[in-house]
Amino acid sequence: MRFARRGTRAILAALALPLILLILWWVLTADSESYYLPPLSEILAAVDDVWLRSDRLSVDVLPSLLRLFAGFLLAVVMGVALGVAIGSSRRLRAFCEPVLEFLRAIPPPVLVPVLMLVAGIGDTMKVLVIVSGCVWPILLNTVEGVRAVDEVLVETARCYGLRGPARLWHLVIRSASPQIVAGLRQGLSIGIILMVISEMFAASNGLGFSIIQFQRTFAVTEMWTGILLLGLLGFLLATLMRLFERRALNWYFGLRQAQRGGSR
Amino acid sequence: MTSTLTAPARASRAGAASRAARSTTLLGVLGFATFLALLEVIPRTGLISPDYLPPLSRIGVALAELTGEAGFWTAITDTVQGWFLGLVIAVAAGIAAGFVIGTIPVLREFTASTIEFLRPIPSVALIPLAVLVFGTELRSVLLLVVYAAFWQVLVQVLYGVQDVDPVAQETARTFGLNRWARIRHVTWPTALPYVLTGVRLAAAVALILAITAELIIGAPGLGNEIGVAQSGGAVARMYALVIVTGLLGVAVNLLARRLERWLLSWHPSLRREVAA
Repeated sequence: MRFARRGTRAILAALALPLILLILWWVLTADSESYYLPPLSEILAAVDDVWLRSDRLSVDVLPSLLRLFAGFLLAVVMGVALGVAIGSSRRLRAFCEPVLEFLRAIPPPVLVPVLMLVAGIGDTMKVLVIVSGCVWPILLNTVEGVRAVDEVLVETARCYGLRGPARLWHLVIRSASPQIVAGLRQGLSIGIILMVISEMFAASNGLGFSIIQFQRTFAVTEMWTGILLLGLLGFLLATLMRLFERRALNWYFGLRQAQRGGSR
Repeated sequence: MTSTLTAPARASRAGAASRAARSTTLLGVLGFATFLALLEVIPRTGLISPDYLPPLSRIGVALAELTGEAGFWTAITDTVQGWFLGLVIAVAAGIAAGFVIGTIPVLREFTASTIEFLRPIPSVALIPLAVLVFGTELRSVLLLVVYAAFWQVLVQVLYGVQDVDPVAQETARTFGLNRWARIRHVTWPTALPYVLTGVRLAAAVALILAITAELIIGAPGLGNEIGVAQSGGAVARMYALVIVTGLLGVAVNLLARRLERWLLSWHPSLRREVAA
């Protein structure tokens, strides 16, 4: 009984404020004459026309997501591979660190015009932009994670003769995975930003392109639907990332809890 | 462990440590020199066409020319201004909201889902709205910078406020500290390291968004200069500007870390670092 009540309360807590905000938005803009702020009812009504009933989902949204996916995946492979290499060797780390610190500090959006020169305005450019922005948090977090592998585990692995790919997978990557996943999370949110920016700067399709196109043609209601869609996309991708994190790091959360419980 | 070492052993270990530190610096300098050399050699050999990546020396010349232009310094000032104002607003709002939400459990419970929903919305989604409402004014830049940086601060502050030691809280209550005094003397010092982590993250994000806003919206600043140089075919100049943004990024990181050291010199985590 009490359990059920607590469950209701949790649901209430999760839904109350979002609902209040939505209702406020709906009511306050209900007879809005403002050019920039059309009524929410109109925006929601337009979603159907703009996104669902046209081919925009396959022409604009899908290519955007595919580019994001390709860029992110490439960045993960490069970041983890380089990160393991750099993190495992003290000399290599000392050699690379200042350069990495500098490259990481360059705000990734400025690479859009740079890569446009090299790779034109096609898909290659956009994927490269996404890779060049995502790779740094993944790389640097992997380096940190690999560097901090438990000495005792390293010695133990040596005693048991663990080497080669098995050592890499079961010892190095596993130990570094909390940091690697933190890097993935940061990388993904930068990747979304770069996906949008690269399309806003120069493109002929994509989510960012269509939103900026709506703005340039003063189609304000359509623009708002695009903003909402992009917001929803950001939220969904972050949720997926969190589900992945739960799954991949289940052992780690358990370990941490056990350590905390044990020390008390 | 160290107390069991004999004096000579300890001395030789210290010697080894300083030797290691020296070789690290040396390797770092060597690494950077290699990087610069590659930037000079690769375009000269034609591996990447010099039209796309001019040799470093030519970028250097462009950089030297830039420093002689008044417009360049105005652009830097504009960028730094947008970054700084946005960061200050975001940090102030983030700390205030974080403390209010964090110290009142009911608020925390009822805002959690909304924060989780709003936080991952990419701030670049607001670009078209900013353009329509504010045009290329500073306010456009501020809207994007504040939105992006605010969540970084807020989330860290919430973690920090949650981290307060219950025993310390109870002790303060026993000593008759009122709500305000407890926040000032118990919660604030606990949360400060988290706040500063939030500020460091927000500072980096704010710079990215300030330059993005200039690049895409065309607000005055370094981002806009890069766009202009690119569309005008001034390739070396564009690379010089990119390097300047990188240096600005390094400066922002160093500044944030310096601030952290300065404000947390009393904190055990830093004291241990100094002692070691």
